[in-house]
This record gives sequence, C-alpha cells and structure tokens, in this order.
Amino acid sequence: MPSVMLRKREDGKLLFYVAKKDLEETIETIEFDSPEKWGGEVVLGDGSKYYFEPMEPAPKIPTTLQAKRLAEG
Amino acid sequence: MAAMTREETEALIQEVLEVYPEKAKKDRAKHLAINDQSLEKSNKCITSNRKSLPGVMTIRGCAYAGSKGVVWGPIKDMIHISHGPVGCGQYSRAGRRNYYVGTTGVNTFGTMNFTSDFTEKDIVFGGDKKLAKCIDEIETLFPLNKGISIQSECPIGLIGDDIEAVSKVKHKEHGKTIVPVRCEGFRGVSQSLGHHIANDAIRDWVLENRDGDDSFPTTPYDVAVIGDYNIGGDAWASRTLLEEMGLRVVAQWSGDGTIAEIEKTPKVKLNLIHCYRSMNYIARHMEEKYSIPWIEYNFFGPTKIAESLRRIAEHFDDTIKEGAERVIARYKAEYDAVIAKYKPRLEGKRVMLYIGGLRPRHVIGAYEDLGMEVVGTGYEFGHNDDYDRTIKEMGNATLLYDDVTGYEFEEFVKKVQPDLVGSGIKEKYIFQKMGVPFRQMHSWDYSGPYHGYDGFAIFARDMDMTINNPCWKSFKAPWKTEATESEPVKAVA
Repeated sequence: MPSVMLRKREDGKLLFYVAKKDLEETIETIEFDSPEKWGGEVVLGDGSKYYFEPMEPAPKIPTTLQAKRLAEG
Repeated sequence: MAAMTREETEALIQEVLEVYPEKAKKDRAKHLAINDQSLEKSNKCITSNRKSLPGVMTIRGCAYAGSKGVVWGPIKDMIHISHGPVGCGQYSRAGRRNYYVGTTGVNTFGTMNFTSDFTEKDIVFGGDKKLAKCIDEIETLFPLNKGISIQSECPIGLIGDDIEAVSKVKHKEHGKTIVPVRCEGFRGVSQSLGHHIANDAIRDWVLENRDGDDSFPTTPYDVAVIGDYNIGGDAWASRTLLEEMGLRVVAQWSGDGTIAEIEKTPKVKLNLIHCYRSMNYIARHMEEKYSIPWIEYNFFGPTKIAESLRRIAEHFDDTIKEGAERVIARYKAEYDAVIAKYKPRLEGKRVMLYIGGLRPRHVIGAYEDLGMEVVGTGYEFGHNDDYDRTIKEMGNATLLYDDVTGYEFEEFVKKVQPDLVGSGIKEKYIFQKMGVPFRQMHSWDYSGPYHGYDGFAIFARDMDMTINNPCWKSFKAPWKTEATESEPVKAVA
C-alpha cells in the first residue's frame, strides 16, 4: 500500500509519484474519473496497474492517497 | 576525436567492465548507459539510487552530509549542532562556500562548528543530558541565534537517544525553534536520503509555525527561491534577475537563508525549484498542503535563463511577462559580448561531467552556449527522475554513468579524451596529473557565482582560463619533447 502523491502536470495529465520507490509516472486511464466519483483501477505510463478505493466526491488534487498495487496481467 | 558512435560507446563500456568479477560486472553494467534521446523513461537504460558496491571507489557522502552539509547548514541564523563525535562536524566545516551576510558568531553562524563532542561515556550512558546542556550553553553564549537544529551523527541512532524529547523540553524553556533531525549517516545509500530527511524535518518542525498568522503582508508577486545554496553567491545572482522582472523574493532556501524566511514560505504564490534533487520533497508538500504550485528552473547560461524567465513569467500577469522580456533584452548585449569573446576560444571543446544531483544536467545548456559539447555525464546520487530529465538534454550515444567508480571514470576519460572534466575535489588532482584540464563543479573551484547572466560571464572566463591555460602544453619534460618543438626556443636564445 504505497502512499501516492498525485499532482497535475502542466499539460493537464495526472502524475503519480511514490517517493520511496522513486516512481514518477503519468496516469493514462482511471476507471472512475468524474467530479462525483473518482478512483478504481488506474493504468500508468509504464503499463503497471494500481487501485484506488473509489471516492465520492472526487478528491482535491494535489493530494496523497493510499493505492494498492495490482498484479500485472 | 570525433563524436563516438553507439557501437563505439557500447564497446567502451564493455571494455571498462571487463576487469570486474562476474557479480560486480553484472551490477555495474546496470549503472552505465548510452544515451538514447528516443527514450521517455530512464529506467529502460539506467539504474540509480542503489547501494554502492563494497570495494569500489565511490565519492558519495552520507545522510548527515545531505542534511547538515546541504539543506540545513546554510540557514545562517540557526545553530546546527553536529550531535555525536567531533569529526563529522569539524571536517565538513565551512567547506561548501555558501556565502551569507551577517556577523559570524553574533547573529549568523554559517562557518562555525558546533558539536556535542561525544566520548565513550556518552555512548555508554546516553547523550541526552549532554545535548540539553549544549543547548543551554548555546543560549548563554549566542543569544542572538534564531533556532537550533540537531543533526544526528551515526551513534545517536545506534544508541537510541531521544533527541525529540530534548528538543520539546528545550523549546518550551527557551521559546525557540529546536529541530531534531534524524539524519544518521548510515541511513540510505547516499546523501540523497539526508536531503529527504531534512525536508521532512522542515515540514514537521518549522513550516507550520506561522499557519493561521496573516500578519505578513503579501503581494501577488511573491515567490520563493528553493534549492539555491548561494555557492560563491549564486543565489544573489539569481535573485537580482527575479526582482528585476518584478517579482518579490520572500525566501531563499537555504543559501543566505534565515528561519524567518522559511516560516514565511507557505505564504508565497509560486515556489521556484533550482536543485530539484534536494528540495522537491518540500515543494510537493507545499503544493499539497498550501496549494502553492512549483516549477523547476535553470539559471545556467543565457539560453536556459531566457527559457526559465519566460516559464516563470507564465504563472503571472502581463506586467511580469513584460518584465521577463525586459530583463532578457537588458542583458542581451552583455551576454552576446561574453559569447563573442569566448566562443571562438572554446568552440568544439568536449566536456565530461560527474557531479551531484542537479548540475550534471543543468550546466549542459551553459556549455552549449559557448559552443562546447558535453560527451558524458553522471550523478553521484541522482534518482530515476533525474535521469528522465537528463536524457533529452544530452546528445545521442553519449555516456551516462551513475555513481561512477574511480576506476571507471579514469578509464572513460582516458578513452574519450575530453578537453575538460568537471567534477569534485576528489577527482581534481587525478585528472590534472593525467594532463586533463579540470574544473571543480561543486564549489566552482573557489570562483563563482555561475548562476544568472552575471554568473555566465564568470563561468565562460573560468572555462577559458582552464582549458586554454598554457600549462597544459608544458606537460612533457623539456628533454622529452620533440626536437622540432624546441626549435623556436633555440632561436630566441
């Protein structure tokens, strides 16, 4: 359950940053991405998948959230 | 020597790796790479921020070096106690040339060494009482200090002293900010973790001090300069440019900085990050907690300065945008003259760099402005995100080396034959004795500043006087020089 810092890049894409792992990647797709509901499965630029507990309403970004790593497949 | 092709660089890396035992070879191979601009992510070609191999010569420092030496040390009106045995503080004292204004020993303490001087007794019985006494003595002898930070050396973590408790008690007693920093040298693989720990200590013990206090009058143009350590006056040369374009610099982190400035930083509108490696953590934190955006900038060389000034200005209204153009126009004649003078003397010269966590990529633009080419670069303690940002700056098929060992670096220089090597004091005399011109790029070789337009002029002069120094021609003993070369001497005699 890494702590993930989320921030918007200048071009509007979400950046997924895990300090302990030196991981800075863009988020390519999010399962739920609307002002009412946000989260679910996300796919990063390098193809790895993580899972955020869906939140209602969407969190204010930048923020730090817990994510679960999903097995690649 | 012409630029190397991909195959040649690959062959060079293989040749250098040849001497290692099988296991070491496998490990080091991951840290040496050939730059490929088409890659988006560096983790496809290079591994970084890993433990150095036992037995090789690395030039990395420790977590204490990252915290006391880099982040906390330059905060001039605080006293930084090197808590532990005397050596760590004494041998790193005043070595970094972070300039500051003030009267040392009265209201500023930058070049002084404070230590709790642990002895065997303190290891056996614990050093908390000694630390408390140390803080009391500091209060008596240096009453104008604005705060104290406790920089842990290795034994503190090993014997489990409770420096946080001492800090809290003494904070109540003296009413001053007292910050315990758990930066024991054994933590992490290099000084990089020390930066992170230091950032976290600022976050936990300093940054919130003025939350809810709005007495500080703000303007829409407030910015903070973060990650500029004022080496040889760098932060001053940067600050003038920002102020000239109409911004108000509220805080300097941490070169020539004060604790009051740090406490005021959460009130600014934009954080400007120069040294990304050592200060990005706190910038990310402020973005999250105080919604302050941050951007990275680069004040080495006119091309990058102009680019950065415009990027900074984009975050503000038109007066600042005009201000940026005005600043660039004002210095144009000056830097054009510098380029006109030095470019003919430096054009085509090839440079290899090996520096800490920021300059391996930031100074490339300045060299290119002078017509020089960087053919190899590497970080002592960079992470993947640093290499991500480096790939695009470097040419194709150039060398990248992470945490390079003494042996590898020497071999690379022998084979690539650069006209200049830029690295630190530990490399300087090796390369000079090999006959390769060398500049220290950590301390600017006791020169500087190199930031800003003023700094660029000094940078160009320094590179010229190093590369074109007549001493490099006198490297061969006179009786070993060829007869043809000594002809003119005879004629004069």
